[in-house]
Amino acid sequence: MDKLNLNQHISQQYNEELEDVRASVLKMGGVVEEQLANAVRALIHCDAVLGRTVVKNDASVNSLEIEIDEECTRIMARRQPAASDLRLIVAVIKTINDLERIGDEVKRVGKMVSEEMDGALDEEIRHELEHMGELVLKMLGQVLDAFARTDVQTSLDVVKADRKVDVKYKSIIRQLMTFMASDATSIPTIMKVLWAARAMERMGDRCQNIAEYVIYLVLGKDVRHGGIDDLMAELAKES
Amino acid sequence: MNNESTLLLDENVPSEDRDAMQPAVPEDLNIGKVAVRVDKLNLWYDTAQALVDIDLDIAEKKVTAFIGPSGCGKSTLLRCFNRLNDLIDICRIEGSIHLQGRDICAPGVDVAALRREVGMVFQKPNPFPKSIYENVAYGLRIQGINKRRQLDDTVEWALKGAALWDEVKNRLHESAFGLSGGQQQRLVIARAIAVQPEVILLDEPCSALDPISTLKVEELINELKQDYTIIMVTHNMQQAARVSDHTAFMYLGELIEFGETDQVFTNPRLKKTEDYITGRYG
Repeated sequence: MDKLNLNQHISQQYNEELEDVRASVLKMGGVVEEQLANAVRALIHCDAVLGRTVVKNDASVNSLEIEIDEECTRIMARRQPAASDLRLIVAVIKTINDLERIGDEVKRVGKMVSEEMDGALDEEIRHELEHMGELVLKMLGQVLDAFARTDVQTSLDVVKADRKVDVKYKSIIRQLMTFMASDATSIPTIMKVLWAARAMERMGDRCQNIAEYVIYLVLGKDVRHGGIDDLMAELAKES
Repeated sequence: MNNESTLLLDENVPSEDRDAMQPAVPEDLNIGKVAVRVDKLNLWYDTAQALVDIDLDIAEKKVTAFIGPSGCGKSTLLRCFNRLNDLIDICRIEGSIHLQGRDICAPGVDVAALRREVGMVFQKPNPFPKSIYENVAYGLRIQGINKRRQLDDTVEWALKGAALWDEVKNRLHESAFGLSGGQQQRLVIARAIAVQPEVILLDEPCSALDPISTLKVEELINELKQDYTIIMVTHNMQQAARVSDHTAFMYLGELIEFGETDQVFTNPRLKKTEDYITGRYG
């Protein structure tokens, strides 16, 4: 990142504090990424053991959130950050909240797999879920990359990717409804699949949130609630 | 946003060039009614230029803070508003400063009258060796006002305005030197407002005060802006962020960036400003 010139403060200690907090977010992102990959694998293979591992490991995501939150509070109290430093701290506090919530969604998928899924999924559904999982996983990787490099363009790519996830979610819903209509006995399993797809769709939304925080961090512009479309239109017009 | 975002996104554009592409005062900045207009102001101390082409509007009944490193010209600029630089022989000024439409830099301006309109408070409280009452009444007396009733009313009004009345009302005739530093600074502010100026200049008004007195003076500044235009110089950036509506960042005699305080402290447009307020060596 050194568009933010984090290593240029007169106080070397302040440089280190901000660098540490940034590194901790990436570490937390890495843990959530691994959890998500495991949850998707557990889901599509109905792997209860892996599901339980995912549930167990969520505690490490939670403790990282608390740790980073405390560090941000300390920095605010001691340094009174301003400008890009302030935006970094605000973006970090919001980002870790969304990462933790992604972790919670992942945990729920893991829990469902470990407790409620039995038997193999229909091949077609399995394939769709796998594809959706890949999309969300890629989004998460991309948004962490955008955060690490404070890259607006990658953030915008994440926003575009979320739209693909939304389309995929709607297509899965349609498919699941067809299944339910044709075979009522499949409804309990389909409901769980539906729920898992919904969780992944929410993870995509949270990745988009993080992408918006990165844009705020870099440009100082709040692009939530529709502002992102204006930014995209403006950049498209200028290029 | 227009070209701003593309500039920021283009990593090939060096930050100095990005700064150079942007004016100190954004074109779309609307500060409301202008109390003081600074136009192409240049100032030299002998051959050394201390202010370079300053163009700046100060909003009426708002707080405008000047920030910047030592020697950047912020106090020099502040002292132009009441022609205090006239006292320095080697000081030469070009350009104009309009207060309520009149050029106060023009020859023939009644400087004593100007200083009644533009009051000033300095870094260290400087009460006169007189009683609290006489300190506040001083400006009125030299205007020829000696009626006891009028003086009493104005002293009470000014001390209330400076949030000091309750602390001194029972000791008005005691020496001003018996007050604490924070009380003395508020007394000096009461002395300044007693003559009902248009503008109050504050030159690092809290730098000699403890944190509690500082907060009291800041609270007072917030109340005074209902009636006065306030221009302050401060080295304390958190103070500028807390109390001012507009912030001007100066460096090496130039106005680098001027804008709404919220914008300057959360998202400065220029890298030089960013480096200064975040404590980076630029």
